[in-house]
Amino acid sequence: MIENKAYEGRKIVIIGIFIVIGIIFAARLFYIQVINDKYVLSANNNVLRYITQYPARGLVYDRTGKLMVFNEAAYDLMVVPKLVKNIDTLQFCRLIGIDKEAFIKKMKKARNYSPYKASIFEEQISKEHYGYIEEKLFKYPGFWVQPRTLRKYPIPAAAHSLGYIGEVSPMEIEANPYYAIGDYIGKSGIEKAYETELRGKKGLKISMVDVFNREKGSYQNGIYDTLPLAGNDLYVSLDVELQAYGEKLMKNKKGSIVAIEPSTGEILALISSPTYDPNLLIGRIRSKNYNELYADSLKPLFNRALLAMYPPGSTFKTVEAPIALQEGVVTPATTFSCGGVTASPIKCSHNHYSPLNLIEAIEQSCNPYYWNVFRKIIENKKYANTREAYINWKSYVNSFNLGMTFNTDLNIERSGNVPAPEYYDKYFGKGQWRSMTIRSLSIGQGELLVTPLQLCNVVAIIANRGYYYPPHLVRAVSRNKVREVKEYEKKFTKVEPRNFEPVVEGMYLAYNGSHGTARRYKMDSIVMCGKTGTVQNPHGENHSLFIAFAPRDNPRIAIAVVVENAGYGSAYGTPIATLMMAKYLLREFERPTYEEDMFNASLISRY
Amino acid sequence: MVSLYLALVLVGWISIYSAIYDENHQSIFDMSQGYGKQMVWIVTALFLALVIILTDFKFFSAFAFPIYFFMILILIAVLIFGSTISGSKSWFQIGSVSLQPAEFAKFATNLAIAKYLSTLNVNFKQFKSVGKMLIILLLPSLLIFLQNDTGSAIVYVAFIFVFYREGMPGAILIIGLISVVLFIMTLLLNPVAVIITLFVICVLLVFFMKRNLQNLVILFGMFLIMSAFILSVNYAFDNALEQHHRTRINVLLGIETDLKGAGYNVNQSLIAIGSGGLTGKGFLNGTQTKYNFVPEQSTDFIFCTVGEEWGFAGSLVIVGLFIALLIRIIIVAERQRSNFARIYGYGVASILFFHFAVNIAMTLGLFPVIGIPLPFVSYGGSSLWAFTILLFIFIKLDSYRLNA
Repeated sequence: MIENKAYEGRKIVIIGIFIVIGIIFAARLFYIQVINDKYVLSANNNVLRYITQYPARGLVYDRTGKLMVFNEAAYDLMVVPKLVKNIDTLQFCRLIGIDKEAFIKKMKKARNYSPYKASIFEEQISKEHYGYIEEKLFKYPGFWVQPRTLRKYPIPAAAHSLGYIGEVSPMEIEANPYYAIGDYIGKSGIEKAYETELRGKKGLKISMVDVFNREKGSYQNGIYDTLPLAGNDLYVSLDVELQAYGEKLMKNKKGSIVAIEPSTGEILALISSPTYDPNLLIGRIRSKNYNELYADSLKPLFNRALLAMYPPGSTFKTVEAPIALQEGVVTPATTFSCGGVTASPIKCSHNHYSPLNLIEAIEQSCNPYYWNVFRKIIENKKYANTREAYINWKSYVNSFNLGMTFNTDLNIERSGNVPAPEYYDKYFGKGQWRSMTIRSLSIGQGELLVTPLQLCNVVAIIANRGYYYPPHLVRAVSRNKVREVKEYEKKFTKVEPRNFEPVVEGMYLAYNGSHGTARRYKMDSIVMCGKTGTVQNPHGENHSLFIAFAPRDNPRIAIAVVVENAGYGSAYGTPIATLMMAKYLLREFERPTYEEDMFNASLISRY
Repeated sequence: MVSLYLALVLVGWISIYSAIYDENHQSIFDMSQGYGKQMVWIVTALFLALVIILTDFKFFSAFAFPIYFFMILILIAVLIFGSTISGSKSWFQIGSVSLQPAEFAKFATNLAIAKYLSTLNVNFKQFKSVGKMLIILLLPSLLIFLQNDTGSAIVYVAFIFVFYREGMPGAILIIGLISVVLFIMTLLLNPVAVIITLFVICVLLVFFMKRNLQNLVILFGMFLIMSAFILSVNYAFDNALEQHHRTRINVLLGIETDLKGAGYNVNQSLIAIGSGGLTGKGFLNGTQTKYNFVPEQSTDFIFCTVGEEWGFAGSLVIVGLFIALLIRIIIVAERQRSNFARIYGYGVASILFFHFAVNIAMTLGLFPVIGIPLPFVSYGGSSLWAFTILLFIFIKLDSYRLNA
């Protein structure tokens, strides 16, 4: 009993300890619950799953309203490695259809990317497989399926122009934070040029998940959710039937066809051969197929229509003539004699009666004639020296958009080459070069280089008698159900319209005259005008070029055809161009026998 | 006391409901779910309480040792015949019911200690009596430790408060505190750093105290002892503790951040409680609770449910209820005339305090994770029964205090 009293004071100590602990807890609770935000955020991280809602990508229609590109649903299997716990790996592999090594490799890749963030485990599971997997996926925490869309091409044409989409790269994400890993972005062609129109806007669904990553419902009844916005549809200027026809004509040949509507600059067909089926570059198979196409020695991925550069050859005469007429150094009646195949310093490609006037020289493609024309331009006394005259000549040529790019919606293009005077200064020495030195330019050879697109634009200029609209692929974008038409500014050359008429006459005679280089392919139902070009090629056979437009008055199509290593311009370029124009203008027409020949002709052995 | 008891039991029941809540079994009386079962435990516990109230108060004092030895036998039996659940061989399974003897050993030991300390004029300076006391404690503790239930084994440290009240030198408490501090410091820094700090403190003390030889010798002696202790810490830590114990301590001290394993529990617990804010997310609205992010949420981590759903306000209420209960027990214990009753009462408070402090500290990330329940609140039949018995024996003794 005595001890009882002696140590009674100690109860204070003990009660004190209880209270102190209580206060410590209260303080700690206050800190983590009221002051510190970190836990609320972590709680949300645990529970909230941000699911991206992918919008439908814009569709693409051709000028007649035919569908060229649409979307197909596919499903990606996503994973958050940190959440993958205690799964039956073997069963999982069987479910997904991969083997154990692949599983380990993929998990490693996902973990290397991030243990906490979602990444793609297995790409593009088919619709049927998806349904089967989804049922059983709850057994495997950390995995879920993300739906997405792939591009599909009902008509396998215009692969180069349409382009393809692929997974966004880290650099692209850095450049534009709208994208997240696993998103798709246009990589080439229209898909790239009009990416912002086509991609629409991603939506967001925030749902709550439990510890096994099973969806338990919408966060806050979905007030923070946003709906995805579908992409805008595009109406391209291509005529898909014409395009497919041209691709068929160019089969087994290297080269390109470009067709433009001169009154608007809309590109009707843009063909680069060899080409490929655009359906090869979608989804899971893209990587493998891309590598194969890339390795192909004929380079099917290379868009020759926009990027390949050739000397224009005789087709350049159609540019020289207007320039000379504008400068007043010749008239349509001016004649120059031609020494035929042995002429000097420029040979003619064939023998013909001499002399010819300007128009006939186009009809028959006389080289010495145009050498003389060029000489007249460069040796024009109006200018102090060769260099000054050349600069003047160059400015004319540039106004035909040669040696320059168009900068429309084509995404890629080359400017070709019209040498600057500095180039000749450097090569020959300033003041050391004359018209004779650069005489190859007169027949469209030498350093002159053009792309098929530029060539087609030239013939469009001639068809229009002196102006052009910059060539473009897309004519309208559908925004909010309204078709917004793209407007382009008319561009004029430095040559007056009247100075184009002689050229037009010459090109008309090429088809319809008795000595025309294209007379074999004259068609009665259409008034066509054209110009052959045979381009010398040091590596092999000459390239076959042909430019044309039809009909002569109020032209509706301008076309340029390049067939590599095909020999004479009239051998391949002319028949193909003629068929193309007939196809576009007539739709249905009696097929001449050479159509079949063109389909079947194969120049592969020459490559 | 009874009202506080009932309040805590009710809170526990509701929290368990929320923690285990399954949409398909919405009734709180649903027997297939934990909350239904807890209801059964509650009802039977109340029944037990009634039995105790009706028993003669002298029964407890008289049968203290027999009850104790019976429990020891049971503890040995469970090591041989028991089932292993969650790594501890601590359970008897009778039909669909699992009983955990370790829980019941707590009040049995309390009775034994109270009986022993009250019968003799026990002197803490007598080595023999201290020794016997320690054996009464060590026996069940060791047996429980052998079950691999470290948490319940450590509970017996709580009796230090009983001894303190009954005359043990307070120095022991201080030594205990210093040991813990040195232990933690050594783990956080390295032994050399801690010894140097200690040396600096000793030097400072020399300036402030009476500089006679006796004091200096004592000071130097203590310095040596503490240094030896410091040096032994790492060895003991690496060799005497098991891996998962080490991991939990390291996680607590922030030496390791193991968010997947041992650290996961505490991290999720903190997230659940911390996200509760001032007033909580509301009943059944705790996202961490609802979606099962906190492991063991109906048992050891039941406090998380309160923290998340009722926020700071609710948490404070629970802490308050417990503190109130403890203080009430102490006050009632003090007014006992019988030593046995008083010592037993302190035992009740100590045991409850230990569970309360360690469990909540664990959920708040202030103590390593060991598996002990929150009395009256955590789900579990054995736990609820044992604590009910523990408390109601005291209530019974108190009601007869005038008859001492």
